[in-house]
Amino acid sequence: MNDRNSPLLSVRNLTIHYITDDGIVRAVNDISFDLEKGKTLGLVGETGAGKTTTALGIMNLVPDPPGKIISGQILVNGKDILKFKKNELKKYRGKVASMVLQDPMTALNPLITVGEQIAEVLRLHDKLSRADSYIKAAQMLELVGIPSDRINDYPHEFSGGMKQRVVIAIALACNPQLLIADEPTTALDVTIQAQVLSLIRDLIKKYGTSMILITHDLGVVTEICDEVAIMYAGQIVEKGDLEAVYEHTGHPYTRGLFGSLPSLAVKAHRLNPIEGLMPDPTDLPKGCAFHPRCPDKMPECVSRTPVVIETEPGHFVRCLLYE
Amino acid sequence: MLNYIFKRILAAIPVLLGVTLLVFTMLYFTEGDPARLILGDTAAEEEVEALREELGLNESFISQYISYLGGVLKGDLGTDYITGRPVRDEIMERLGTTLKLAAASIIFSIVIAIPAGIISAVRQYSLIDIISMVIALLGNSMPNFWLALMLILFFSVYLGVLPASGLYGLKYYIMPVIGISAGAVATITRMTRSSMLEVIRQDYIRMARIKGQTEFAVIVKHALKNALIPVITVIGIQFTVAVGGAVVNEQVFAIPGLGKFLVDAIKARNYRVVQGGVLVLAIICSLVNLFIDLLYAFIDPRIKNQFRESGKLRSIRKAREEGL
Repeated sequence: MNDRNSPLLSVRNLTIHYITDDGIVRAVNDISFDLEKGKTLGLVGETGAGKTTTALGIMNLVPDPPGKIISGQILVNGKDILKFKKNELKKYRGKVASMVLQDPMTALNPLITVGEQIAEVLRLHDKLSRADSYIKAAQMLELVGIPSDRINDYPHEFSGGMKQRVVIAIALACNPQLLIADEPTTALDVTIQAQVLSLIRDLIKKYGTSMILITHDLGVVTEICDEVAIMYAGQIVEKGDLEAVYEHTGHPYTRGLFGSLPSLAVKAHRLNPIEGLMPDPTDLPKGCAFHPRCPDKMPECVSRTPVVIETEPGHFVRCLLYE
Repeated sequence: MLNYIFKRILAAIPVLLGVTLLVFTMLYFTEGDPARLILGDTAAEEEVEALREELGLNESFISQYISYLGGVLKGDLGTDYITGRPVRDEIMERLGTTLKLAAASIIFSIVIAIPAGIISAVRQYSLIDIISMVIALLGNSMPNFWLALMLILFFSVYLGVLPASGLYGLKYYIMPVIGISAGAVATITRMTRSSMLEVIRQDYIRMARIKGQTEFAVIVKHALKNALIPVITVIGIQFTVAVGGAVVNEQVFAIPGLGKFLVDAIKARNYRVVQGGVLVLAIICSLVNLFIDLLYAFIDPRIKNQFRESGKLRSIRKAREEGL
């Protein structure tokens, strides 16, 4: 991918495997992408495509064992965070990069007040006194739309949507440069989803935060993201600006994803899914991992692994159709 | 909260009544005549009969039970047939020893088992984990009294470094405490480990790491408190086991506590002592259970909520906030 002026995040040839008794789970296979300051990248794919593993890699929090970062670099502001020592990582997590987890029901410690859970991160990074950290925590609560008098309440006293607001407050408390939101609305009610999404969008705009939004909802991507990367079987199969990917879709898998969306304009009795299932990540097909499901399969797809091709400026596709 | 404690104490009453009825019934139908035992084999039948009448042993089961219960409600556990002293006083003299021993054993278990469980969980499948799990398995598998006998054989008979019987100083506590707590150490270690393993896979632990928290703070501040909730249950159970286990261990180590007193009383058909002793043990178990339940509320705000008298604590908390 091309060299622009110092992107905030630059993932280079990242490969992450989980080594289990049942074999090696190839969760992330040789992915590369950049994220510029202030931009939002949508990372889209089915369950098991390696989105969350990629995110944990960027936090350098892949659970080890069984996870292992096999190769690659993750450059943040030009420094490889995979080579960070303990105290460098301590300053990186929470301050430079932070993350919102998928399920707000389990992301908050049930025995600690929400105020303390926000104040904790402020004391760690911004060296605030106890009293000051609570004042700032109260401000953060107000910022995400929770009355600050609830600062001493425990997580079980909040609804799911409010808990996710608290998690967002924690993640953004130290004003990180990079926010990773891992399906932040999947576990929420549909009515709450829109609220939480617009909250995230407003906050990152306000603070100029870069964001990776992990989702499997292509509609959400159009609302928030500048760029989109489509993941399949641990690889990015297509990446580019929203317009490029949505208007000039390159990869057959991406086309399949769009094709499977129900349309209001065309009345259909059945949805139009992509045939077949995602391959077993312990036993990926040879050649292109998508070939068993691909409608445009060519004989050489079975044997040759495609490389990333730039089909138009800033639009990358990993498919033999374009080689 | 007070309301809850009151309710729990009320709920303990039927349990304790059941205990008295059960023990009373069992002893009533047990072979052996206390009057005969007191007077000895050589006593004349008329003397024995007179004593039976005096002790009220000739009355019906129901009236004997009711008169016993009447005494219990007034705090009178009856009279020791053999010494002629009030059972209550005799029990109170010995209860302290048993409780001290049980408390020492539980404290010892906690001090050893909780750190061992935490380390085992954090370093799962490491050498230290394997070693502590093997020791835990041994601790669970060995019968208490057998371990106690082995300890006496090795430390008292063979090495001659520790006293084999009695309870006259710190040194005397070592072997009984190890004997009583072996099982508790094993159980609490395993419980801490499994509970900790479950907790450290939770999202909020990942969240604590995302914040940039140190590994030590992640374990101590975020994981341990959550992991302790089930462990506390087990500690409570182990305390009651330790009190019950005193019956055997005090026998082995010849410690003059409630346990040994009870065993001796059973051998002598000393009914009132057995009934009183078991009742006191049952009361201790009920109190420990109540204490454990209150401890939950102290640790877990979700449980505390259930105890809360509506809005009262909340307004206190509000007031404290405004002062802040």
